[in-house]
Amino acid sequence: MRNVWIIIKREIGSYFATPLAYVFIVIFLALSGALAFFIGRFMSREQADLIPFFDYHPWLYLLLIPAIAMRLWAEERKTGTIENLMTLPVSTVEAVIGKFLAAWAFAGLALALTFPIWISVNILGDPDNGVILASYIGSLFMAGAFLAIGSCISALTKNQVIAFIISATVCFLFTMAGLELVLNFFRLWAPDLLVDTIASLSFLTHFNAVTKGVIELRDIIYFISMIAVWLLANVVAVDVRKAA
Amino acid sequence: MSAMIELDHLTKAFGALVAVDDISMTVARGEVLGFLGPNGAGKSTTMKIVSGFLEPTFGTATVCGHNVVAEPVAVKRRIGYLPEGAPTYGDMTPMSYLGFIAEIRGYDGVEKRRRVEAAVEKLGLERVLRQPIETLSKGYKRRVGFAQAILHDPEVLIMDEPTDGLDPNQKRLVRTLIHDMAADKAIVISTHILEEVDAVCNRVVMIAGGRLLADGTPDSLRARARDHNALLLRVAPDRVEAARQKIGTLDGIETVETVTRRDGALMLRVPPGPQANAATVVAALNAENIAVEEVVNEVGLLDDVFYDITAHAAHRENPYA
Repeated sequence: MRNVWIIIKREIGSYFATPLAYVFIVIFLALSGALAFFIGRFMSREQADLIPFFDYHPWLYLLLIPAIAMRLWAEERKTGTIENLMTLPVSTVEAVIGKFLAAWAFAGLALALTFPIWISVNILGDPDNGVILASYIGSLFMAGAFLAIGSCISALTKNQVIAFIISATVCFLFTMAGLELVLNFFRLWAPDLLVDTIASLSFLTHFNAVTKGVIELRDIIYFISMIAVWLLANVVAVDVRKAA
Repeated sequence: MSAMIELDHLTKAFGALVAVDDISMTVARGEVLGFLGPNGAGKSTTMKIVSGFLEPTFGTATVCGHNVVAEPVAVKRRIGYLPEGAPTYGDMTPMSYLGFIAEIRGYDGVEKRRRVEAAVEKLGLERVLRQPIETLSKGYKRRVGFAQAILHDPEVLIMDEPTDGLDPNQKRLVRTLIHDMAADKAIVISTHILEEVDAVCNRVVMIAGGRLLADGTPDSLRARARDHNALLLRVAPDRVEAARQKIGTLDGIETVETVTRRDGALMLRVPPGPQANAATVVAALNAENIAVEEVVNEVGLLDDVFYDITAHAAHRENPYA
Protein backbone atom coordinates (compact mmCIF):
# COMPACT_ATOMS: atom_id res chain seq x y z
CA MET A 1 0.00 0.00 0.00
CA ARG A 2 2.90 2.31 0.80
CA ASN A 3 4.23 1.98 -2.74
CA VAL A 4 0.79 2.68 -4.19
CA TRP A 5 0.64 5.91 -2.22
CA ILE A 6 4.14 6.95 -3.34
CA ILE A 7 3.20 6.38 -6.97
CA ILE A 8 -0.06 8.33 -6.56
CA LYS A 9 1.90 11.26 -5.14
CA ARG A 10 4.38 11.20 -8.01
CA GLU A 11 1.67 10.98 -10.65
CA ILE A 12 -0.42 13.78 -9.22
CA GLY A 13 2.68 15.92 -8.89
CA SER A 14 3.42 15.37 -12.55
CA TYR A 15 -0.14 16.38 -13.58
CA PHE A 16 0.36 19.75 -11.96
CA ALA A 17 3.98 20.17 -13.08
CA THR A 18 2.73 20.75 -16.62
CA PRO A 19 -0.22 22.78 -17.98
CA LEU A 20 -2.06 19.50 -18.55
CA ALA A 21 -3.96 19.61 -15.27
CA TYR A 22 -5.06 23.22 -15.63
CA VAL A 23 -6.06 22.87 -19.27
CA PHE A 24 -8.04 19.76 -18.48
CA ILE A 25 -9.88 21.26 -15.53
CA VAL A 26 -10.77 24.46 -17.38
CA ILE A 27 -12.05 22.60 -20.41
CA PHE A 28 -13.98 20.13 -18.29
CA LEU A 29 -15.69 22.92 -16.37
CA ALA A 30 -16.40 24.99 -19.48
CA LEU A 31 -17.80 22.07 -21.45
CA SER A 32 -19.88 20.62 -18.62
CA GLY A 33 -21.39 24.07 -17.98
CA ALA A 34 -21.99 24.85 -21.63
CA LEU A 35 -23.68 21.52 -22.27
CA ALA A 36 -25.95 21.92 -19.23
CA PHE A 37 -26.92 25.52 -19.98
CA PHE A 38 -27.17 25.66 -23.75
CA ILE A 39 -28.00 22.15 -24.87
CA GLY A 40 -29.61 20.84 -21.69
CA ARG A 41 -31.61 24.10 -21.29
CA PHE A 42 -30.78 24.15 -17.57
CA MET A 43 -32.46 27.55 -17.05
CA SER A 44 -35.39 27.58 -19.45
CA ARG A 45 -36.83 24.24 -18.39
CA GLU A 46 -37.36 25.74 -14.91
CA GLN A 47 -36.79 22.57 -12.96
CA ALA A 48 -34.76 22.60 -9.76
CA ASP A 49 -32.56 19.60 -10.58
CA LEU A 50 -29.22 18.82 -12.23
CA ILE A 51 -30.48 16.34 -14.82
CA PRO A 52 -29.38 18.52 -17.77
CA PHE A 53 -25.94 18.65 -16.18
CA PHE A 54 -25.44 14.94 -15.46
CA ASP A 55 -27.09 13.78 -18.70
CA TYR A 56 -24.08 14.94 -20.68
CA HIS A 57 -21.42 13.42 -18.45
CA PRO A 58 -21.08 10.16 -20.40
CA TRP A 59 -20.48 12.13 -23.61
CA LEU A 60 -18.10 14.52 -21.91
CA TYR A 61 -16.13 11.63 -20.42
CA LEU A 62 -16.00 9.97 -23.80
CA LEU A 63 -13.88 12.85 -25.02
CA LEU A 64 -11.96 13.88 -21.91
CA ILE A 65 -11.23 10.72 -19.92
CA PRO A 66 -9.27 8.98 -22.69
CA ALA A 67 -7.25 12.20 -22.85
CA ILE A 68 -6.14 11.72 -19.22
CA ALA A 69 -5.70 7.98 -19.55
CA MET A 70 -3.75 7.92 -22.81
CA ARG A 71 -0.50 9.09 -21.23
CA LEU A 72 -0.56 6.76 -18.22
CA TRP A 73 1.53 3.96 -19.77
CA ALA A 74 2.10 5.00 -23.38
CA GLU A 75 4.21 7.95 -22.30
CA GLU A 76 6.36 5.81 -20.00
CA ARG A 77 6.94 3.40 -22.82
CA LYS A 78 7.75 6.16 -25.29
CA THR A 79 10.26 7.95 -23.05
CA GLY A 80 11.72 4.72 -21.69
CA THR A 81 10.94 5.62 -18.08
CA ILE A 82 8.96 2.38 -17.85
CA GLU A 83 12.33 0.63 -17.69
CA ASN A 84 13.16 2.77 -14.69
CA LEU A 85 9.79 2.29 -13.01
CA MET A 86 9.60 -1.46 -13.52
CA THR A 87 13.13 -2.04 -12.20
CA LEU A 88 12.31 -0.29 -8.93
CA PRO A 89 11.11 -2.55 -6.11
CA VAL A 90 7.45 -2.08 -7.05
CA SER A 91 5.10 -4.80 -8.23
CA THR A 92 3.14 -4.36 -11.45
CA VAL A 93 -0.12 -4.43 -9.48
CA GLU A 94 1.06 -1.56 -7.28
CA ALA A 95 2.13 0.48 -10.28
CA VAL A 96 -1.17 -0.12 -12.13
CA ILE A 97 -3.31 0.72 -9.09
CA GLY A 98 -1.23 3.76 -8.18
CA LYS A 99 -1.42 5.26 -11.64
CA PHE A 100 -5.14 4.53 -11.89
CA LEU A 101 -5.98 6.00 -8.49
CA ALA A 102 -3.97 9.14 -9.26
CA ALA A 103 -5.87 9.67 -12.51
CA TRP A 104 -9.16 8.91 -10.79
CA ALA A 105 -8.46 11.36 -7.99
CA PHE A 106 -7.63 13.96 -10.60
CA ALA A 107 -10.89 13.33 -12.48
CA GLY A 108 -12.67 13.49 -9.12
CA LEU A 109 -11.11 16.88 -8.46
CA ALA A 110 -12.37 18.19 -11.81
CA LEU A 111 -15.82 16.82 -11.02
CA ALA A 112 -15.80 18.36 -7.53
CA LEU A 113 -14.95 21.75 -9.01
CA THR A 114 -18.35 21.80 -10.74
CA PHE A 115 -19.85 22.60 -7.32
CA PRO A 116 -20.99 26.15 -8.36
CA ILE A 117 -23.76 24.61 -10.43
CA TRP A 118 -24.96 22.76 -7.32
CA ILE A 119 -24.91 26.02 -5.36
CA SER A 120 -26.80 27.77 -8.17
CA VAL A 121 -29.57 25.23 -8.27
CA ASN A 122 -29.93 25.46 -4.49
CA ILE A 123 -30.22 29.25 -4.68
CA LEU A 124 -32.68 29.17 -7.55
CA GLY A 125 -34.92 26.43 -6.19
CA ASP A 126 -35.29 23.56 -3.80
CA PRO A 127 -33.70 20.49 -5.43
CA ASP A 128 -33.50 16.99 -4.02
CA ASN A 129 -29.88 17.05 -2.79
CA GLY A 130 -29.94 13.29 -2.20
CA VAL A 131 -30.44 12.72 -5.92
CA ILE A 132 -27.65 15.17 -6.69
CA LEU A 133 -25.24 13.43 -4.31
CA ALA A 134 -26.12 10.06 -5.81
CA SER A 135 -25.54 11.47 -9.28
CA TYR A 136 -22.13 12.81 -8.32
CA ILE A 137 -21.17 9.42 -6.90
CA GLY A 138 -22.46 7.65 -10.00
CA SER A 139 -20.59 10.07 -12.24
CA LEU A 140 -17.36 9.50 -10.31
CA PHE A 141 -17.67 5.73 -10.65
CA MET A 142 -18.43 6.03 -14.35
CA ALA A 143 -15.31 8.17 -14.77
CA GLY A 144 -13.38 5.40 -12.98
CA ALA A 145 -14.65 2.79 -15.43
CA PHE A 146 -13.72 4.98 -18.43
CA LEU A 147 -10.28 5.52 -16.91
CA ALA A 148 -9.65 1.83 -16.30
CA ILE A 149 -10.43 1.12 -19.96
CA GLY A 150 -8.16 3.96 -21.05
CA SER A 151 -5.34 2.90 -18.75
CA CYS A 152 -5.40 -0.68 -20.02
CA ILE A 153 -5.35 0.41 -23.65
CA SER A 154 -2.57 2.89 -22.94
CA ALA A 155 -0.44 -0.04 -21.76
CA LEU A 156 -0.76 -1.71 -25.15
CA THR A 157 0.94 0.98 -27.19
CA LYS A 158 3.60 3.63 -26.95
CA ASN A 159 1.67 5.99 -29.15
CA GLN A 160 -0.61 8.26 -27.15
CA VAL A 161 -2.77 9.19 -30.15
CA ILE A 162 -3.51 5.54 -30.85
CA ALA A 163 -4.24 5.02 -27.16
CA PHE A 164 -6.67 7.94 -27.21
CA ILE A 165 -8.56 6.86 -30.32
CA ILE A 166 -8.90 3.21 -29.33
CA SER A 167 -9.93 4.08 -25.75
CA ALA A 168 -12.52 6.57 -26.98
CA THR A 169 -13.90 3.96 -29.37
CA VAL A 170 -14.13 1.24 -26.72
CA CYS A 171 -15.75 3.67 -24.26
CA PHE A 172 -18.14 4.75 -27.00
CA LEU A 173 -19.22 1.16 -27.59
CA PHE A 174 -19.78 0.61 -23.88
CA THR A 175 -21.82 3.79 -23.66
CA MET A 176 -23.86 3.29 -26.82
CA ALA A 177 -24.81 -0.24 -25.85
CA GLY A 178 -27.51 1.19 -23.60
CA LEU A 179 -29.23 3.46 -26.10
CA GLU A 180 -32.72 2.40 -27.21
CA LEU A 181 -31.61 2.99 -30.77
CA VAL A 182 -28.95 0.30 -30.48
CA LEU A 183 -31.03 -2.06 -28.37
CA ASN A 184 -33.93 -1.89 -30.84
CA PHE A 185 -31.61 -3.03 -33.57
CA PHE A 186 -30.77 -6.13 -31.52
CA ARG A 187 -34.39 -6.70 -30.45
CA LEU A 188 -35.34 -7.33 -34.08
CA TRP A 189 -33.49 -10.62 -34.17
CA ALA A 190 -31.63 -11.38 -30.96
CA PRO A 191 -33.07 -13.29 -28.00
CA ASP A 192 -34.08 -11.21 -24.99
CA LEU A 193 -31.24 -12.62 -22.96
CA LEU A 194 -28.65 -11.17 -25.35
CA VAL A 195 -30.43 -7.80 -25.49
CA ASP A 196 -30.51 -7.66 -21.70
CA THR A 197 -26.84 -8.62 -21.49
CA ILE A 198 -25.87 -5.86 -23.91
CA ALA A 199 -27.99 -3.35 -22.04
CA SER A 200 -26.56 -4.45 -18.72
CA LEU A 201 -23.01 -3.87 -19.93
CA SER A 202 -23.76 -0.29 -20.83
CA PHE A 203 -22.51 2.68 -18.88
CA LEU A 204 -25.71 4.54 -19.73
CA THR A 205 -28.08 1.95 -18.28
CA HIS A 206 -26.28 1.98 -14.94
CA PHE A 207 -25.54 5.69 -14.87
CA ASN A 208 -29.13 6.62 -15.66
CA ALA A 209 -30.31 4.31 -12.88
CA VAL A 210 -28.06 6.13 -10.41
CA THR A 211 -29.00 9.65 -11.56
CA LYS A 212 -32.62 8.87 -10.81
CA GLY A 213 -31.51 9.00 -7.21
CA VAL A 214 -31.44 5.33 -6.40
CA ILE A 215 -27.99 4.01 -5.67
CA GLU A 216 -28.51 0.32 -6.09
CA LEU A 217 -25.83 -2.11 -5.10
CA ARG A 218 -25.81 -3.75 -8.53
CA ASP A 219 -25.00 -0.48 -10.27
CA ILE A 220 -22.06 0.18 -7.99
CA ILE A 221 -20.96 -3.44 -8.29
CA TYR A 222 -21.16 -3.05 -12.06
CA PHE A 223 -18.82 -0.06 -12.10
CA ILE A 224 -16.43 -1.60 -9.57
CA SER A 225 -16.21 -4.83 -11.53
CA MET A 226 -15.65 -2.91 -14.77
CA ILE A 227 -12.74 -1.12 -13.08
CA ALA A 228 -11.38 -4.37 -11.61
CA VAL A 229 -11.56 -6.30 -14.88
CA TRP A 230 -9.91 -3.60 -16.95
CA LEU A 231 -7.17 -3.03 -14.37
CA LEU A 232 -6.49 -6.75 -14.28
CA ALA A 233 -6.16 -6.67 -18.06
CA ASN A 234 -3.87 -3.68 -17.56
CA VAL A 235 -1.57 -5.68 -15.27
CA VAL A 236 -1.48 -8.49 -17.82
CA ALA A 237 -0.75 -6.01 -20.62
CA VAL A 238 2.23 -4.62 -18.71
CA ASP A 239 3.54 -8.03 -17.63
CA VAL A 240 3.15 -9.69 -21.00
CA ARG A 241 5.79 -7.34 -22.41
CA LYS A 242 8.35 -8.76 -20.01
CA ALA A 243 8.05 -12.23 -21.41
CA ALA A 244 7.55 -11.19 -25.03
CA MET B 1 34.58 -15.37 -4.21
CA SER B 2 30.90 -14.98 -3.58
CA ALA B 3 28.82 -14.82 -6.73
CA MET B 4 26.54 -11.80 -6.70
CA ILE B 5 25.17 -12.37 -10.18
CA GLU B 6 24.77 -15.83 -11.61
CA LEU B 7 23.59 -16.48 -15.15
CA ASP B 8 22.83 -20.08 -15.98
CA HIS B 9 22.19 -20.94 -19.64
CA LEU B 10 20.41 -17.64 -19.99
CA THR B 11 18.52 -17.40 -23.26
CA LYS B 12 16.14 -14.78 -24.57
CA ALA B 13 14.29 -14.98 -27.88
CA PHE B 14 12.11 -12.31 -29.41
CA GLY B 15 10.08 -14.40 -31.83
CA ALA B 16 12.62 -15.95 -34.20
CA LEU B 17 15.42 -13.64 -33.12
CA VAL B 18 17.64 -15.08 -30.41
CA ALA B 19 19.03 -12.02 -28.66
CA VAL B 20 20.79 -13.86 -25.84
CA ASP B 21 22.00 -17.36 -26.59
CA ASP B 22 22.87 -19.66 -23.72
CA ILE B 23 25.04 -17.37 -21.61
CA SER B 24 26.42 -18.72 -18.33
CA MET B 25 28.70 -16.73 -16.07
CA THR B 26 29.06 -15.35 -12.57
CA VAL B 27 30.09 -11.96 -11.28
CA ALA B 28 31.62 -11.64 -7.80
CA ARG B 29 31.84 -8.82 -5.32
CA GLY B 30 34.72 -6.50 -6.16
CA GLU B 31 34.54 -7.18 -9.86
CA VAL B 32 33.93 -4.42 -12.38
CA LEU B 33 32.86 -6.28 -15.45
CA GLY B 34 32.99 -4.60 -18.83
CA PHE B 35 30.40 -6.04 -21.14
CA LEU B 36 31.69 -5.60 -24.67
CA GLY B 37 30.05 -6.33 -27.95
CA PRO B 38 28.92 -4.71 -31.16
CA ASN B 39 25.49 -3.09 -31.35
CA GLY B 40 22.77 -5.71 -31.21
CA ALA B 41 25.05 -8.25 -29.53
CA GLY B 42 22.62 -8.83 -26.67
CA LYS B 43 24.30 -6.69 -24.01
CA SER B 44 21.25 -4.59 -23.20
CA THR B 45 18.91 -7.56 -23.29
CA THR B 46 21.09 -9.46 -20.81
CA MET B 47 21.17 -6.45 -18.50
CA LYS B 48 17.41 -5.99 -18.75
CA ILE B 49 16.91 -9.59 -17.70
CA VAL B 50 19.23 -9.27 -14.71
CA SER B 51 17.49 -6.06 -13.62
CA GLY B 52 14.10 -7.74 -13.88
CA PHE B 53 12.69 -5.71 -16.76
CA LEU B 54 12.52 -8.70 -19.09
CA GLU B 55 12.01 -12.36 -18.34
CA PRO B 56 14.31 -14.98 -19.85
CA THR B 57 12.90 -17.44 -22.37
CA PHE B 58 15.11 -20.17 -20.96
CA GLY B 59 17.71 -20.46 -18.21
CA THR B 60 17.92 -18.51 -14.99
CA ALA B 61 19.43 -15.33 -13.65
CA THR B 62 20.13 -15.06 -9.92
CA VAL B 63 21.09 -11.91 -8.04
CA CYS B 64 22.38 -12.27 -4.47
CA GLY B 65 20.73 -15.66 -4.32
CA HIS B 66 17.32 -14.46 -5.54
CA ASN B 67 15.88 -15.66 -8.81
CA VAL B 68 14.87 -12.70 -10.97
CA VAL B 69 11.62 -14.32 -12.11
CA ALA B 70 10.51 -15.87 -8.82
CA GLU B 71 11.47 -12.98 -6.51
CA PRO B 72 11.61 -9.88 -8.69
CA VAL B 73 11.08 -7.37 -5.89
CA ALA B 74 13.85 -8.89 -3.71
CA VAL B 75 16.20 -8.65 -6.69
CA LYS B 76 15.19 -5.08 -7.54
CA ARG B 77 15.88 -4.01 -3.96
CA ARG B 78 19.50 -5.11 -4.28
CA ILE B 79 20.18 -3.75 -7.74
CA GLY B 80 20.92 -0.27 -8.95
CA TYR B 81 20.12 -0.11 -12.64
CA LEU B 82 20.88 2.64 -15.10
CA PRO B 83 19.01 1.92 -18.33
CA GLU B 84 20.47 2.92 -21.68
CA GLY B 85 20.09 6.67 -22.17
CA ALA B 86 19.23 7.11 -18.48
CA PRO B 87 15.50 7.80 -18.91
CA THR B 88 14.03 9.93 -16.11
CA TYR B 89 10.73 11.77 -15.65
CA GLY B 90 11.39 15.02 -17.52
CA ASP B 91 8.68 17.06 -15.81
CA MET B 92 10.12 16.39 -12.34
CA THR B 93 13.04 18.21 -10.77
CA PRO B 94 16.09 16.20 -9.64
CA MET B 95 14.98 16.95 -6.07
CA SER B 96 11.47 15.54 -6.45
CA TYR B 97 12.65 12.67 -8.66
CA LEU B 98 15.34 11.52 -6.23
CA GLY B 99 12.87 11.96 -3.38
CA PHE B 100 10.46 9.64 -5.20
CA ILE B 101 13.20 7.07 -5.77
CA ALA B 102 14.25 7.27 -2.10
CA GLU B 103 10.66 6.69 -0.93
CA ILE B 104 10.14 3.77 -3.29
CA ARG B 105 13.40 2.35 -2.00
CA GLY B 106 11.87 2.47 1.48
CA TYR B 107 13.52 5.52 3.06
CA ASP B 108 11.59 8.08 5.09
CA GLY B 109 12.21 11.30 6.95
CA VAL B 110 15.81 11.90 7.99
CA GLU B 111 17.13 8.81 6.23
CA LYS B 112 15.45 9.85 2.98
CA ARG B 113 17.01 13.30 3.17
CA ARG B 114 20.40 11.87 4.01
CA ARG B 115 20.30 9.45 1.06
CA VAL B 116 19.21 12.11 -1.40
CA GLU B 117 21.81 14.57 -0.16
CA ALA B 118 24.57 11.97 -0.39
CA ALA B 119 23.65 11.09 -3.98
CA VAL B 120 23.32 14.78 -4.93
CA GLU B 121 26.73 15.51 -3.50
CA LYS B 122 28.41 12.55 -5.19
CA LEU B 123 27.11 13.59 -8.59
CA GLY B 124 27.44 17.33 -8.09
CA LEU B 125 23.77 18.09 -8.73
CA GLU B 126 23.41 20.93 -6.21
CA ARG B 127 23.11 23.63 -8.84
CA VAL B 128 20.22 22.07 -10.77
CA LEU B 129 18.12 20.57 -7.97
CA ARG B 130 15.03 22.67 -8.65
CA GLN B 131 15.07 22.74 -12.43
CA PRO B 132 12.84 20.39 -14.43
CA ILE B 133 15.01 17.49 -15.61
CA GLU B 134 13.93 17.98 -19.24
CA THR B 135 15.61 21.41 -19.26
CA LEU B 136 18.97 20.02 -18.12
CA SER B 137 21.96 19.28 -20.34
CA LYS B 138 22.63 15.73 -21.40
CA GLY B 139 25.44 15.39 -18.88
CA TYR B 140 23.25 16.47 -16.00
CA LYS B 141 20.41 14.20 -17.11
CA ARG B 142 22.82 11.28 -17.12
CA ARG B 143 24.06 12.23 -13.68
CA VAL B 144 20.50 12.33 -12.34
CA GLY B 145 20.02 8.81 -13.71
CA PHE B 146 23.27 7.77 -12.12
CA ALA B 147 22.25 9.27 -8.77
CA GLN B 148 19.02 7.27 -8.96
CA ALA B 149 20.97 4.04 -9.50
CA ILE B 150 23.34 4.46 -6.55
CA LEU B 151 20.97 6.16 -4.10
CA HIS B 152 20.40 3.01 -2.07
CA ASP B 153 24.06 1.94 -2.16
CA PRO B 154 23.18 -1.30 -3.99
CA GLU B 155 25.25 -4.45 -3.81
CA VAL B 156 24.88 -4.93 -7.54
CA LEU B 157 25.16 -2.06 -9.98
CA ILE B 158 24.22 -2.49 -13.61
CA MET B 159 24.77 0.31 -16.07
CA ASP B 160 23.97 0.26 -19.75
CA GLU B 161 26.42 2.51 -21.55
CA PRO B 162 26.86 4.92 -18.65
CA THR B 163 29.28 7.25 -20.44
CA ASP B 164 27.72 7.18 -23.90
CA GLY B 165 27.38 10.71 -25.22
CA LEU B 166 29.18 12.40 -22.34
CA ASP B 167 32.09 14.80 -22.77
CA PRO B 168 35.56 13.71 -21.64
CA ASN B 169 35.29 15.44 -18.25
CA GLN B 170 31.93 13.87 -17.52
CA LYS B 171 33.26 10.48 -18.58
CA ARG B 172 36.10 10.92 -16.15
CA LEU B 173 33.67 11.75 -13.34
CA VAL B 174 31.59 8.66 -14.03
CA ARG B 175 34.69 6.47 -14.19
CA THR B 176 35.99 7.87 -10.93
CA LEU B 177 32.65 7.14 -9.29
CA ILE B 178 32.62 3.59 -10.57
CA HIS B 179 36.18 3.13 -9.42
CA ASP B 180 35.41 4.43 -5.92
CA MET B 181 32.42 2.13 -5.50
CA ALA B 182 34.06 -0.96 -6.94
CA ALA B 183 35.47 -2.56 -3.79
CA ASP B 184 32.28 -3.76 -2.13
CA LYS B 185 29.96 -4.15 -5.11
CA ALA B 186 29.55 -6.24 -8.21
CA ILE B 187 29.42 -3.80 -11.09
CA VAL B 188 28.52 -4.52 -14.69
CA ILE B 189 28.87 -1.84 -17.33
CA SER B 190 28.22 -2.26 -21.00
CA THR B 191 30.15 -0.21 -23.46
CA HIS B 192 31.64 -0.22 -26.88
CA ILE B 193 34.28 2.28 -25.93
CA LEU B 194 37.35 0.12 -25.47
CA GLU B 195 39.42 2.68 -23.61
CA GLU B 196 36.77 2.59 -20.92
CA VAL B 197 37.55 -1.03 -20.22
CA ASP B 198 41.13 -0.15 -19.39
CA ALA B 199 40.00 2.79 -17.32
CA VAL B 200 37.62 1.00 -14.97
CA CYS B 201 37.19 -2.72 -15.56
CA ASN B 202 39.06 -5.60 -13.99
CA ARG B 203 37.24 -8.16 -16.08
CA VAL B 204 36.03 -8.18 -19.67
CA VAL B 205 33.34 -10.29 -21.27
CA MET B 206 32.84 -10.09 -25.01
CA ILE B 207 29.61 -11.15 -26.59
CA ALA B 208 28.33 -11.07 -30.13
CA GLY B 209 25.25 -12.59 -31.70
CA GLY B 210 23.98 -13.28 -28.19
CA ARG B 211 26.90 -15.61 -27.38
CA LEU B 212 29.63 -15.28 -24.83
CA LEU B 213 32.88 -15.37 -26.80
CA ALA B 214 35.61 -14.28 -24.42
CA ASP B 215 36.02 -13.76 -20.69
CA GLY B 216 39.13 -12.57 -18.89
CA THR B 217 41.11 -9.64 -17.54
CA PRO B 218 41.82 -6.79 -19.95
CA ASP B 219 45.47 -7.91 -20.07
CA SER B 220 44.69 -11.53 -20.78
CA LEU B 221 42.41 -10.51 -23.62
CA ARG B 222 44.97 -8.11 -24.97
CA ALA B 223 47.46 -10.99 -25.08
CA ARG B 224 45.20 -12.60 -27.63
CA ALA B 225 45.81 -9.85 -30.14
CA ARG B 226 47.47 -10.97 -33.37
CA ASP B 227 50.46 -8.72 -32.92
CA HIS B 228 50.80 -8.92 -29.18
CA ASN B 229 54.51 -9.29 -28.36
CA ALA B 230 55.62 -8.54 -31.89
CA LEU B 231 59.12 -6.99 -31.95
CA LEU B 232 60.05 -3.71 -33.52
CA LEU B 233 63.77 -3.17 -34.12
CA ARG B 234 65.70 -0.20 -35.33
CA VAL B 235 69.13 -0.65 -36.93
CA ALA B 236 71.34 1.71 -38.92
CA PRO B 237 69.52 2.57 -42.17
CA ASP B 238 72.22 1.02 -44.39
CA ARG B 239 72.02 -2.30 -42.54
CA VAL B 240 68.29 -2.78 -42.79
CA GLU B 241 68.39 -5.22 -45.69
CA ALA B 242 71.16 -7.31 -44.12
CA ALA B 243 69.33 -7.44 -40.80
CA ARG B 244 66.14 -8.49 -42.52
CA GLN B 245 67.81 -11.42 -44.22
CA LYS B 246 69.52 -12.52 -41.03
CA ILE B 247 66.35 -12.50 -38.99
CA GLY B 248 64.60 -14.40 -41.77
CA THR B 249 67.01 -17.30 -41.29
CA LEU B 250 66.02 -17.77 -37.65
CA ASP B 251 63.86 -20.78 -36.84
CA GLY B 252 60.14 -20.17 -36.59
CA ILE B 253 60.20 -16.66 -37.99
CA GLU B 254 58.47 -16.50 -41.32
CA THR B 255 58.17 -12.93 -42.47
CA VAL B 256 59.96 -9.80 -41.45
CA GLU B 257 58.36 -6.57 -42.58
CA THR B 258 59.82 -3.13 -42.73
CA VAL B 259 57.52 -0.47 -41.40
CA THR B 260 57.93 3.27 -41.20
CA ARG B 261 57.20 4.67 -37.80
CA ARG B 262 55.34 7.92 -37.30
CA ASP B 263 58.61 9.79 -36.66
CA GLY B 264 60.00 8.59 -39.99
CA ALA B 265 62.35 5.89 -38.62
CA LEU B 266 62.51 2.66 -40.61
CA MET B 267 61.72 -0.30 -38.34
CA LEU B 268 61.89 -4.05 -38.76
CA ARG B 269 58.85 -5.83 -37.51
CA VAL B 270 59.05 -9.45 -36.33
CA PRO B 271 55.66 -11.11 -35.83
CA PRO B 272 55.04 -12.82 -32.49
CA GLY B 273 56.25 -16.41 -32.16
CA PRO B 274 58.34 -18.64 -29.90
CA GLN B 275 61.63 -17.41 -31.38
CA ALA B 276 60.58 -13.81 -31.58
CA ASN B 277 62.02 -12.72 -28.29
CA ALA B 278 64.26 -9.73 -28.04
CA ALA B 279 67.30 -11.59 -26.63
CA THR B 280 67.47 -14.18 -29.42
CA VAL B 281 66.99 -11.70 -32.24
CA VAL B 282 69.43 -9.14 -30.87
CA ALA B 283 72.07 -11.83 -30.26
CA ALA B 284 71.71 -13.09 -33.84
CA LEU B 285 72.10 -9.58 -35.26
CA ASN B 286 75.09 -8.76 -33.06
CA ALA B 287 76.80 -11.91 -34.37
CA GLU B 288 76.55 -10.34 -37.84
CA ASN B 289 77.90 -7.05 -36.49
CA ILE B 290 74.62 -5.30 -36.95
CA ALA B 291 74.09 -2.91 -34.06
CA VAL B 292 70.52 -2.79 -32.77
CA GLU B 293 69.69 0.74 -31.79
CA GLU B 294 66.25 0.20 -30.34
CA VAL B 295 63.91 -2.68 -29.48
CA VAL B 296 60.22 -2.28 -28.74
CA ASN B 297 57.87 -5.01 -27.59
CA GLU B 298 54.48 -4.33 -29.13
CA VAL B 299 51.42 -4.53 -26.89
CA GLY B 300 48.24 -5.95 -28.37
CA LEU B 301 45.26 -3.70 -28.92
CA LEU B 302 41.89 -4.52 -27.46
CA ASP B 303 40.43 -3.14 -30.68
CA ASP B 304 42.08 -5.92 -32.63
CA VAL B 305 40.91 -8.58 -30.21
CA PHE B 306 37.42 -7.13 -30.30
CA TYR B 307 37.41 -7.19 -34.09
CA ASP B 308 38.81 -10.71 -34.35
CA ILE B 309 36.34 -12.11 -31.87
CA THR B 310 33.17 -10.30 -32.78
CA ALA B 311 33.55 -9.99 -36.53
CA HIS B 312 33.67 -13.77 -36.78
CA ALA B 313 30.50 -14.16 -34.78
CA ALA B 314 28.42 -13.38 -37.82
CA HIS B 315 29.12 -16.84 -39.18
CA ARG B 316 29.27 -18.42 -35.75
CA GLU B 317 32.94 -19.17 -35.57
CA ASN B 318 35.04 -18.57 -32.58
CA PRO B 319 38.76 -18.44 -33.27
CA TYR B 320 39.56 -18.55 -29.58
CA ALA B 321 37.20 -21.29 -28.48
